[in-house]
Amino acid sequence: MILLSTPPRLLLNAITCASLLFTAVLPAHSQTAEEKGLAIATEADQRDDGFGDYTADMSMTLRNKQGRESTRLIRSKTLEVNGDGDKSLSIFDTPRDVKGTAFLSFSHRVGDDEQWLYLPALKRVKRINSRNKSGSFMGSEFAYEDISSQEVEKYSYKHLREEELNGMLCYVGESYPVDQKNSGYTRRITWLDKAEYRLQKVEFYDRKQSHLKTLTVSGYQQYLGKYWRADSMKMINHQTGKSTTLQWTNYTFKTGLTDKDFNSTSLKRIR
Amino acid sequence: MVKIENWIGDIVVKYRWLMAPGLFLLAMLAASGMQFLTFSNDSRMFFSEENPQLKALEELERTYTKVENVLYIILPKSGNIFEKKTLAAIEFLTEEAWKIPFSSRIDSLSNYQHTRALEDDLMVADLIRDAKDLSPEQIAAIKEIATTEPMLVHSLIDEKGSITGININIIKPDDGSYKIEEVSQAARDLKQLMDERYPFLDIYLTGGVMIDTAFGDAPRRDMSALIPIMFTFLLLLILFSLRSIFATVATLVVIVLSTVTGLGIAGWLGIVLTPASANAPVIILTLAVADSIHILVTAFYRMRLGDAKHSAIRESIRVNLQPVLITSISTAIGFMTMNFSDAPPFRDLGNIVALGVLSAFIYSVFFMPALMAILPLRVKKEADTKTNRPWAILAEFVIARRTPIFWIMIVMIIGTSSGISKIYLNDEFIKYFDHSYPFRVASDISAEHLAGLEIIDWDLKSGEEGGINDPAYLQTVEDFANWFREQPEVRHVYSITDIMKRLNKNMHGDDPAYYTLPEERNLAAQYLLLYEMNLPFGLDLNNRINVDKSATRMTVSTPNIGTAAILSLERRGRAWLAEHSPSMQTYGSGLSIIFSSISERNIRSMLKGSVIALILISLIMIAALKNIKLGLLSLLPNLTPAFMAFGVWGFVVGQVGLAVSVMIAMTLGIVVDDTVHFLSKYQRGRKEHGMNAEDSVRYAFNTVGSAIWVTTLALVGGFTILSFSGFQINSHMGAMTAITIILALILDFFFLPTLLLKLEGSK
Repeated sequence: MILLSTPPRLLLNAITCASLLFTAVLPAHSQTAEEKGLAIATEADQRDDGFGDYTADMSMTLRNKQGRESTRLIRSKTLEVNGDGDKSLSIFDTPRDVKGTAFLSFSHRVGDDEQWLYLPALKRVKRINSRNKSGSFMGSEFAYEDISSQEVEKYSYKHLREEELNGMLCYVGESYPVDQKNSGYTRRITWLDKAEYRLQKVEFYDRKQSHLKTLTVSGYQQYLGKYWRADSMKMINHQTGKSTTLQWTNYTFKTGLTDKDFNSTSLKRIR
Repeated sequence: MVKIENWIGDIVVKYRWLMAPGLFLLAMLAASGMQFLTFSNDSRMFFSEENPQLKALEELERTYTKVENVLYIILPKSGNIFEKKTLAAIEFLTEEAWKIPFSSRIDSLSNYQHTRALEDDLMVADLIRDAKDLSPEQIAAIKEIATTEPMLVHSLIDEKGSITGININIIKPDDGSYKIEEVSQAARDLKQLMDERYPFLDIYLTGGVMIDTAFGDAPRRDMSALIPIMFTFLLLLILFSLRSIFATVATLVVIVLSTVTGLGIAGWLGIVLTPASANAPVIILTLAVADSIHILVTAFYRMRLGDAKHSAIRESIRVNLQPVLITSISTAIGFMTMNFSDAPPFRDLGNIVALGVLSAFIYSVFFMPALMAILPLRVKKEADTKTNRPWAILAEFVIARRTPIFWIMIVMIIGTSSGISKIYLNDEFIKYFDHSYPFRVASDISAEHLAGLEIIDWDLKSGEEGGINDPAYLQTVEDFANWFREQPEVRHVYSITDIMKRLNKNMHGDDPAYYTLPEERNLAAQYLLLYEMNLPFGLDLNNRINVDKSATRMTVSTPNIGTAAILSLERRGRAWLAEHSPSMQTYGSGLSIIFSSISERNIRSMLKGSVIALILISLIMIAALKNIKLGLLSLLPNLTPAFMAFGVWGFVVGQVGLAVSVMIAMTLGIVVDDTVHFLSKYQRGRKEHGMNAEDSVRYAFNTVGSAIWVTTLALVGGFTILSFSGFQINSHMGAMTAITIILALILDFFFLPTLLLKLEGSK
């Protein structure tokens, strides 16, 4: 699974890349808020470039307004794809009724992502409707579009301001989904710390411009001396009072995964 | 007591220039609290926090999602939904509805997530998308699905395809930002837009939000419509009976001051007005008239006999202080026992009216006489014999025919009271509002063709995480749903098993033979997972399945069938569960269930209040009359009118609801007044003037007959006007009270004197 916190690479041509970097690092007076927003998003994306692949374990805890909880355990594998969005595979270990179910996702820079679900009880792979990206992932407060690969091209941007959050100076910016018809949001407000370009907080605004959810990311650790990954992500739905927490453990990078580990035959081999 | 009576009369006349303006300022100070009055628009205001059914509903809402709803009903004038332009309109409304503030979910024919097999995949998609491009064949296919799918038919569409509903769930956030007016206004604006864009459709608007809005509008409508009528009526009544402009003005000032004092203090206390308590002004206006009338009638009577104005006022206060005080206290007690009610709006109503009645006493005794002492007042002396002649005739008639009248009264009491057996409890909260409310019309249409707004929710627990996928659990839920579908009063059942069956069919290449529940637990779980993974924003199953998949919510909808039927259905459902799946045993829940039990709860709680009111009022009567026999005797004419009124109601209407549960306590305090006045004069005749029973009856009729008549007219008029309220609780309360007071008057004029004569008169 690919996360908000790990914006994937983007293969831009060298010139664009250099100019964007230039504008991001050196504040030019002629830069518009839109340009600066894009530059920041691009820089954040670039900083995660080259991780190759990684695996991690995730526990997802759903909580309703009454405080009742339910936890799902998921193993995830992610492969960096040059020139396109990442591929990811999530294997569900609990609840026991869906043990062995696997979710395969190819994100794309342009166009709809592709998703499949392997159902062990049927021993079949089923494609999932890509128009549902606004839908809930496994009944959680995370939508697909929240957890899928955050390609830079999927949003347009606007830099708002810089402000301190939890002792870190952050870029605060707005982003607007390009695919407005199928997205559940009209805009997001993101907080990225200036030091490392890590996502700290996101506020989601729904189709009637109401504040729907807030995501808080914490417990960042650095791997391979370069790649930051968070231990905890908490999504609160302000309208329903429900929340979902993701706890990450056992991050392992460069495990040697290849394309062959991310196709429909590989799904059926999973246990 | 005698000393105080004289002393007060003296004080009031002597310090009239201090009393009148001083009390006026005091009233204004109290009235300034009215600026803090607000109106509640929440249908749950009728439930106290300790209401067990409300607690059950709130638990259900915390487990799933607490939602209000806005419901659009669409009726094409052509009678057929399945036309391109109508489908396009449905699609448009479905999209636009997302812009309604606090909307969280839209369910319509167009965004219904239809599932089908496509090669080896499961296709989950909107039933209607891009309606303008649909071919006739596609439309026919959509019609076939819509009118046969158990999730839709009788819920969002009728069998013929002539009417459809679009339901918008509204989530109230906890942060206080929720403004119901914003939601209902946006809903109305959207309806107007639809009306303009699609003139070939009839569009109606209802749902919980619109009902709650109506709850908020009702008091405003009542207050602005009924109070002016009430005021005009009282003005004319007082003018005709007192035949003095100054006296009329003084009386009107008293009732207005009493009303604004009651409301003002309510404002200071932070009481929120509800449709029930917002009628306090009408009731205070009505009740406040009596005190002033009694004092003025006596004063005019003395002046006609030749007394000077000031001594007439003093004498009037002297003879009236005790009965006016007693009637005010007894009325206040009657209203204050509404605090025993389980429904907070009645507690507020009782307290506001009690405040108003007590301030009416103060203004009538201290302010009004002082004002009269200041204002020029003239009375024609010869009027005396004329005005009292009818009362003299009535007195002679009653005395002469005492025996037949007495027995006729007894027969009448028993006869009318027997109608109580025809009374049954029923509350239909939608019918609290008459057809002048647009949502009521919409609800009736919805109830006729679609699911209706009276629902029972069942929180069916499997007892373990993921247990809803257990085939045995699913089978039980399926059986339970099917059992409900066989019940004649059930219109629609929403059950998760319908989704399961369809998914099983879809996963087997849409083979109808597989329209059955999955046979294995993990199969069911994985179908459901796949399905949920395919659902777009706002259409997830979180409002149907709890987080750990251990329970599902089943919804049984009925056309508006009323309390008794809803409760019976719920009881039978519970019995079914007890027999077939004791582990799933639970209570049905929902607003209709709470409304259905509230009358019963209220009547039980008010019974206690009524008994306490009865005891207190009787003790006051005994103490005031200083006579245990007369005090106990007064119970008869005080209590019987309520029973007779219930009897009359039983013969004429039959159905009683929330409103009449507070009736006995409330009317007791009011009807006592006439008895007090009659008995106190009767006793004065016997004691002060040493008359026999017959002469005392004559004395009572002559001195107090006309005052009783006028005040009763005011009361009957006031409560009759209340009965024209568009809000059923108020109109029923008004009608019932008016009937009770009329009966009380009959008893006071015919039964009480003949009873006194039977006991104390000469043969």
